[in-house]
Amino acid sequence: MKNEINEAHEAANEKVSGSNLEERKIVIPGEVITSGDDFLPGEWTFREDDNIIANRYGLAEQVGRVIKIIPLSGAFTPRRNNVVLGRVTDITHNGWLIDIDYANKGFLPVAESPRYINKHEMDQYLAIGDLVSGKIWSISGRGIDLSFKGKGLGKLEEGFAFRITPSRVPRIIGREGSMINLIKEKTGCNISVGQNGWIWVKGENIDSEIRARKSIEFIADKVYIGGLTEKMEEWFEKN
Amino acid sequence: MVKRISGRKADELREMTAKVGVIPNADGSAIFSFGETIAIAAVYGPRQLHPQHMQDPSSGILRVNYDLLSFSVSDRKRPGPSRRSREISKVTEMALKPVVDISEFPNTVVDVQIYIIQADAGTRTAGINAASMALAHAGIPMKGLISSFAIGKIDKDLIVDVDKYEEDYKEGEGATDFPIAKISGTENYTLLQLDGKMQPELVKKSLDMADKACEEIYEIQKSALKEIINGDGEK
Amino acid sequence: MSSMKISNVTKNSLEKMFSENKRFDGRKLLDLNNLEIEYNVSKKAEGSARVRLGKTEVIVGVKLGTGEPYPDSPDKGNLMVSADLLPMASPRFESGPPKFNAIELPRVIDRMIRESGMLDLGKLCIKKGERVWTLFIDIYPINDDGSLIDAAGIACIAALKNARLPGLTKDNFPDYDKKTDERLPLSKETYPLSFTFFKLGDKLILHPTREEEESCDSRITWGISKWNKQYMINSCQKGLEVTFNKKEIIGMMDLLPKKYDEIIKLIGEKLNE
Repeated sequence: MKNEINEAHEAANEKVSGSNLEERKIVIPGEVITSGDDFLPGEWTFREDDNIIANRYGLAEQVGRVIKIIPLSGAFTPRRNNVVLGRVTDITHNGWLIDIDYANKGFLPVAESPRYINKHEMDQYLAIGDLVSGKIWSISGRGIDLSFKGKGLGKLEEGFAFRITPSRVPRIIGREGSMINLIKEKTGCNISVGQNGWIWVKGENIDSEIRARKSIEFIADKVYIGGLTEKMEEWFEKN
Repeated sequence: MVKRISGRKADELREMTAKVGVIPNADGSAIFSFGETIAIAAVYGPRQLHPQHMQDPSSGILRVNYDLLSFSVSDRKRPGPSRRSREISKVTEMALKPVVDISEFPNTVVDVQIYIIQADAGTRTAGINAASMALAHAGIPMKGLISSFAIGKIDKDLIVDVDKYEEDYKEGEGATDFPIAKISGTENYTLLQLDGKMQPELVKKSLDMADKACEEIYEIQKSALKEIINGDGEK
Repeated sequence: MSSMKISNVTKNSLEKMFSENKRFDGRKLLDLNNLEIEYNVSKKAEGSARVRLGKTEVIVGVKLGTGEPYPDSPDKGNLMVSADLLPMASPRFESGPPKFNAIELPRVIDRMIRESGMLDLGKLCIKKGERVWTLFIDIYPINDDGSLIDAAGIACIAALKNARLPGLTKDNFPDYDKKTDERLPLSKETYPLSFTFFKLGDKLILHPTREEEESCDSRITWGISKWNKQYMINSCQKGLEVTFNKKEIIGMMDLLPKKYDEIIKLIGEKLNE
């Protein structure tokens, strides 16, 4: 699973030399991150006169000439192509309503099911309370449309789901999926991570599933600025 | 020079404490205290707004609720909203709104809940400080923080951050309470209320005193947000 | 915390875990959660306490006023327990008129305190038939991560232990500026504690987290105290729709004294300070 912040991590290696933002730092709304014409305001920042100012609490980072903020907290903000986990809350005549832990419900059209479904037997494919993994393919004023087209998407059978702060999801995934792959490898579990902070785990036995959840919560809770992989590897040696 | 029972200088705030991440369930939370006045704030959202007819398709809505815990005052306050708490909820909402930018979240609400755990004057301003930190902590887009406190006047003298004893001052021109909130680093005020007697010249002077006081409050809010994240972070 | 309800697979998973006597946080089914008590968290109250049970946090304050006694108990003080489930504490709590849980919670605790005999309301009479102390116990959850009743119960006992009577004016009204060292007429020998068993399938758990609590189908709360070296059940409230069977109740009766002692060992000294 790839996301913007991973890309940011990669791009961060090409820093402008001599800049005053060598390291990522925590900034608060209204704070001047940096000054000068060398920089451009990126996500969650704006320019005022000579200054680039934070519009949101988080870690300020420089990517090329762009200054942006990586949020550290807050509710989930849906974006197109996000993979999210959700719970079926209702069945309508043409699809399923999915709680994706956001202000608006997700909608999964009946055509997204992998096989033909009789309109009277929709709950045989997805019943209320079932867990799904879907991709956001459109966001409109009133609703969010979900799709099952993609690898690993669809109904999640067995296992369990739990939630972490959505802004910590990039840490769980890691650069090009390095973190989540490490966790999968160390626990032998199947794991699906939603950008809305919901994570699904299914393993060979309960102990490995519990271990996977604990490791994810460990890395989600800590606000290390760097060296996450080392911290995770250390954790697996001890736990 | 004015003599204060607490021994504070005229421009001296009470001791302040601030911390974020105090309510794990909330999207953002903070606690802020001025001396014996303690305010706690939680932010939930953007989330679904009920009833639907209140929704705004052009922007999210900021909704503030302020109240006292029943035992935060000497005479037990009956639980549930009073006329006073409704008014303060609304002025607090307007004190916070100018920095909050939730236009990206149509039809949703950002709920701010403020409760006073212990009251010793200045509850609305402590509440605004806590709420402003909680909103930032919740990752809500904001132009800046809001810092707030009350200027007071006892007889003829201006003082900063009135406590309960000073609020009840009866001699001479009596006590005046002038709560102010300001956008950090600007000269823009978001809350102005006054209750008492104050010469126009002293109102001007109050605003000068507010510059310094708000700067001090801002530093406390800022370091609380930078120090720790969710109560379990490491630098 | 999210407002998403528990999914079918997670509930099934928890049921499977419980059948192996395992929980996500490493506890066994009937293990208690971490417990912390702090006093004097609100100085305008005559007594106050904050209890943290796992991630659940509750603040309780005791206020003392004076008023007329009820006609049927002219020489007894009044006790009023109430709770306000602040929307601050959980995305599940909404503002507006109190829902059933906000009514049930203080009533269950009220009965437990009253019936245990820990509080001698007869000693809270100021002038028979005219003026008595009124004791308000107000419960406020700050963060609800399950087991609210049990956390609130402990916080209420702690706040009562912490309380000091204010002085009185000539007309027998409280004078809050005049503090005294006089404590409430509490029994030194006993105080009640509540234990709520939650049931999923045929398994019972204590001190559930929110996630566990939401997966459960039934619950039962017991108030228990120790009176003249004997354990006494003082109150009981069964909630939700699923039944408890005879064997389960018998098992609880055998377990409750042990759990009572376990908590007393943990916090008894702190409560008696």
